[in-house]
Amino acid sequence: MNIITDNSELFLTGFKNTGILFIISGFFALILGTIVAGMRVSPAPAMRAAGTFYVNAVRNTPLTLILAFFALGYPRLGLPSVSFMNAAIVGLSLYTATYVCEAIRSGINTVSVGQSEAARAIGLPFMKTLSLVVLPQAFRSVVPPLFSVFIALLKNTTVAAGFSVLEAGAIRAYLSERGEPMLPGLLWVALIFVVVVLGIMTPLQRYLEKKWRVAR
Amino acid sequence: MSSVLFDVPGPKARTRNVYLNVATAIVVLGIIGFIMFRFYQSGQFTAEKWQIFTFPLVQQTFLEVIGATLKAFAVGAVGSLLLGILLAFGRLSDSKWLNIPCYWFTELFRAVPLLVLMMIVYYGLPSAGVPGITPFLAVVVGLILYNGSVLAEVFRAGIESLPKGQREAGYAVGLTKGQVLRMILLPQAVRAMLPVIISQLVVILKDTALGFLITYHEILYYADFLGSQGGYGSPVVPALMVAAVIYVGLCLILSGIAKLAESKMSSRVKVVKTRVGMAG
Repeated sequence: MNIITDNSELFLTGFKNTGILFIISGFFALILGTIVAGMRVSPAPAMRAAGTFYVNAVRNTPLTLILAFFALGYPRLGLPSVSFMNAAIVGLSLYTATYVCEAIRSGINTVSVGQSEAARAIGLPFMKTLSLVVLPQAFRSVVPPLFSVFIALLKNTTVAAGFSVLEAGAIRAYLSERGEPMLPGLLWVALIFVVVVLGIMTPLQRYLEKKWRVAR
Repeated sequence: MSSVLFDVPGPKARTRNVYLNVATAIVVLGIIGFIMFRFYQSGQFTAEKWQIFTFPLVQQTFLEVIGATLKAFAVGAVGSLLLGILLAFGRLSDSKWLNIPCYWFTELFRAVPLLVLMMIVYYGLPSAGVPGITPFLAVVVGLILYNGSVLAEVFRAGIESLPKGQREAGYAVGLTKGQVLRMILLPQAVRAMLPVIISQLVVILKDTALGFLITYHEILYYADFLGSQGGYGSPVVPALMVAAVIYVGLCLILSGIAKLAESKMSSRVKVVKTRVGMAG
């Protein structure tokens, strides 16, 4: 117990940064993922191809490599420099967006055909069919997979610790610098993640799933 | 391409689609072009930075680190599948003493970040006096604990999705509960869940790259090492590009093999079905 009270400021900063990484990357991943999902079902073949290429390329690349590129490779390109925090946010957003896209796309497939046929029958063009009729229903049905994606994002933020971001995964390195035992520190970090995932995220997922269930 | 989301394009929509295609192409080519231009401008394509990849020793080491990645993947994948099956059986058992611990095991290990799990094994256990922890062991143990728990849920969902008659027929011919699970339910569950299992295998392959952060000498670790070679112009970007190509290639090969296995399996089912049909 001492280790967490003695180093409370370290744990607080670490998990605060984890929270920032999670919320900002989750926000951008949701927007980008929705746009790419829209591209992947759009009438223009070039848009579909671009979306498919992006998803396949990024989903088959390890997150560690993507973050390594933004943290180690990007500064070599002579572009305006970004902080390690922002580099991690960009990498996490680009990576998570592909999973958001696939979740939403599978949600679009679950919306019954009659819905979009009805939308077309009253003369709505593609964008309106998608944004007014199909996507609102798709989002409701993808709450469980989308939450799994965001829980994965929350856990994936720890990878940023390897690239100079002081967040939950980096607490261990700081503890060992201070000569504290590492096992209790790591177990505390693990415990906090368990509490957040099982105590907050999963109940929230169940609640939203129930609240937004589509009556079919 | 027929989609329910939009009508078959008429003349007006066709012209619009052409514009959209052109606009998309311009944007995509613009992004790729800008990246390439930056790479070129900052000298990432100079012979100096790529020279290091022409050395036989470097190429040989690349093969070795690919082997290290594949070794961690193979041990991790086999271990995860076995642990997943065991945990799924545990969760389906009637005994509370087996059922509840297996439930908490899967819930706990799915909630802890894989990197933290690997760190606990690699940094935590030795400081608590456990000897003989290597980076390889830490990577593999982390992969097995996490992905085994994920796969346990997959197997369980697969077994529970099967019609009740399968289980009942097994009991009716006098099989024990274990035999029904092993010989009747599991093979069908694996077949039904194959796409999910395969995507989880790709996840295992990608997650071996986390080993880089706990000093396991795999592809990314070596790429990082090459990138720090100041005598060859610190080729960070070229080394990461090579690593990315290798990872994407390995993942695509794995998905390809999996698709092949899937089509073989589904064609076998069809053969059985037609035979049954002919007999009837």
